[in-house]
Amino acid sequence: MTASRLVERLLQTLPVLFGISVIVFLMITLTPGDPVEIMLADSRATPEQAEQLRRDLGLHLPLHERFLVFLGNAVTGDFGVSFFHRRPVIEVILERLPATIELTLAAMLLALAVAIPLGVAAAVKRDTWLDRALSAASLFGVSLPGFWFGILLILLFSVTLGLFPVGGRTPFDLEVARVSGFLLVDTLLAGRLDAFAAALRHLALPAVTLGLPTAALLARVVRSSMAEVLTSDYVLFAEAKGISRARVLLRHALKNALIPVVTVAAIETGSLLGGNMIVETVFGWPGLGRLVVESIFARNYPLVQAAVLLYAVTYVTLNFLADVAYTALNPKVRL
Amino acid sequence: MSALLEVRGLRTVFPTRRGPVAAADGVDLTIAAGEALGVVGESGSGKSVTFLSVLGLVRPPGRVVAGEIRFDGRDLRRLPRAELRALRGRQMALAMQDALSALNPAFTIGQQLCETLVAHGLARTEAEARPQAAALLDKVGIPSAAQRLDDYPHQFSGGMRQRAMIAIALAGRPRLLVADEPTTALDVTLRAQVLDLLDDLRRQDGLALALITHDLAVVAERCARVMVMYAGQVVESGPTAEVIVAPRHPYTRGLLESLPRLEDPDRPLHPIPGQVPDLARVDAGCRFRNRCPLAVPDCAKPVPLAEAGVGRLSRCIRAAEVA
Ligand SMILES: Nc1ncnc2c1ncn2[C@@H]1O[C@H](COP(=O)(O)OP(=O)(O)O)[C@@H](O)[C@H]1O
Ligand code: SF4
Ligand SMILES: [Mg+2]
Repeated sequence: MTASRLVERLLQTLPVLFGISVIVFLMITLTPGDPVEIMLADSRATPEQAEQLRRDLGLHLPLHERFLVFLGNAVTGDFGVSFFHRRPVIEVILERLPATIELTLAAMLLALAVAIPLGVAAAVKRDTWLDRALSAASLFGVSLPGFWFGILLILLFSVTLGLFPVGGRTPFDLEVARVSGFLLVDTLLAGRLDAFAAALRHLALPAVTLGLPTAALLARVVRSSMAEVLTSDYVLFAEAKGISRARVLLRHALKNALIPVVTVAAIETGSLLGGNMIVETVFGWPGLGRLVVESIFARNYPLVQAAVLLYAVTYVTLNFLADVAYTALNPKVRL
Repeated sequence: MSALLEVRGLRTVFPTRRGPVAAADGVDLTIAAGEALGVVGESGSGKSVTFLSVLGLVRPPGRVVAGEIRFDGRDLRRLPRAELRALRGRQMALAMQDALSALNPAFTIGQQLCETLVAHGLARTEAEARPQAAALLDKVGIPSAAQRLDDYPHQFSGGMRQRAMIAIALAGRPRLLVADEPTTALDVTLRAQVLDLLDDLRRQDGLALALITHDLAVVAERCARVMVMYAGQVVESGPTAEVIVAPRHPYTRGLLESLPRLEDPDRPLHPIPGQVPDLARVDAGCRFRNRCPLAVPDCAKPVPLAEAGVGRLSRCIRAAEVA
């Protein structure tokens, strides 16, 4: 992809982002309930003080002006103050974000590690009992309800077998300097293998819970993509050259079969990032998802607004990256 | 000349929803070293399946169920997979109709050439294989071959791509090349270039060639012997010159009459009337009889491929009467 094409594709995301910010803005603005009343609910503020707060928040301005203020602030990362943390929203979010990203990436890596071999096996053994068994398993996996599966895992592996912690991200006594915010990275940077292992044990069950439906979905994508590639002329031609079956499958076929998989995986990563509220809540995972759930119940609107916007931007960005990756992997396509 | 490839009674079956289909049914053929055998017949007559069977490349659920395939004295059907694989690309190779789909879009021409060289021990590493790869591209007439190694297939023009694919097929210096309609996708000039290239290789290196085509004119020019297929069977084979002048099967005659002639461009063309039979529903009798002008009641009985002159075979009970 040439630089100008890249810029062009980037510019295409702007209308989408603009549209999303309008929706996010209206979503909160049009929600019934006066934010000032919510904020002052427990205090004994006078009507004058309430009016002052209303002016401070810019709530007296007409809608379109309020939107411009909101947009300007959002671009600079200013989403106001989280009501109950009494700290800037962006600060609270950034503190929680690494835990969510770590969980999401672990889930996605796990999903790919499961989906690629199984999808390839199903495609190679197409229409055999193995293919049918895997297809049934993936149908089951796709339709697993996350909270139910998570609780099941906790009951089995944590409560009954005691193999994994019941929840949380770290044992309470784990003290490792926060550098990146990713525990798996920070523990290694600190040279604390024990802490790394502990972090990994905490990560395991939530990552499995979050990753398994994705694995099932990706396995289907791998299978159908690989099955199609296996009927191609270039696979036949590669076999006619007398190279090993493994090389035909894992090099010639897989490289082409993975092109759509990468795209779907990138988009699914966006869905996982925004869709792990249940898993984070079930496992007491101190990430953004749980923060958002707590904030919704607490009517902590500035934070919810910022989080939704962040999810949307991430989703759009990952779609953009998926397109870039698709082009990079596929020399035939020029965007 | 002793035969390099000798096939007897080949039967390759595909299970389909409407029942098993024998896409190659009792096929006999021989090709000697340095010989070009033209294989003609309309689309769906089993030309590709026959030679994919020879190469051991029939895709499941398709299966070779009967027959003997002897290559250089060895029965390929009895050969362990690994040994057959070692022969593929090295002793017998395949060139396909459409290079754009036969070449892997995700790898450079150089990678696809070098890989074959390394697989057959002609180079130890892909880096070491590069000079040989460049020489191969050069041999098929690709200018600045060494610089083009790092191009992807889509960066080549159609004609260059076709020649690059042939270079890849020839990388292992095979003794038999199955060229499955290698020029159908090309224009007249490129077609001649590619065919000339194959001719040169045959003369210089003693390459045996199975030239699959539905263009009888190409066979007339390039192949000493021809084999005509119809509905999964060989219906006629023999020296090309004799077959063209005096066919011994009504289907061959029909094919010839449906061709335009250079010396007589105004001659009316006669496409063969009627339809190819459904392979899932054929019986033991002659498969051409629903279209054959010479058909008689006896044609419903099994018709073997029988001698019809010196070095000639025909699957027709009235072979002597065809003219
Ligand atoms: N994968 C397949 N599945 C089912 N039938 C097939 C398959 N491949 C080939 N056939 C059958 O074999 C016949 C001959 O095919 P093919 O050898 O490709 O013909 P040709 O090369 O002469 O055009 C087809 O008409 C079809 O009925
Ligand atoms: S066997 Fe009978 S039907 Fe078949 S080609 Fe000969 S004459 Fe025609
Ligand atoms: Mg064919």
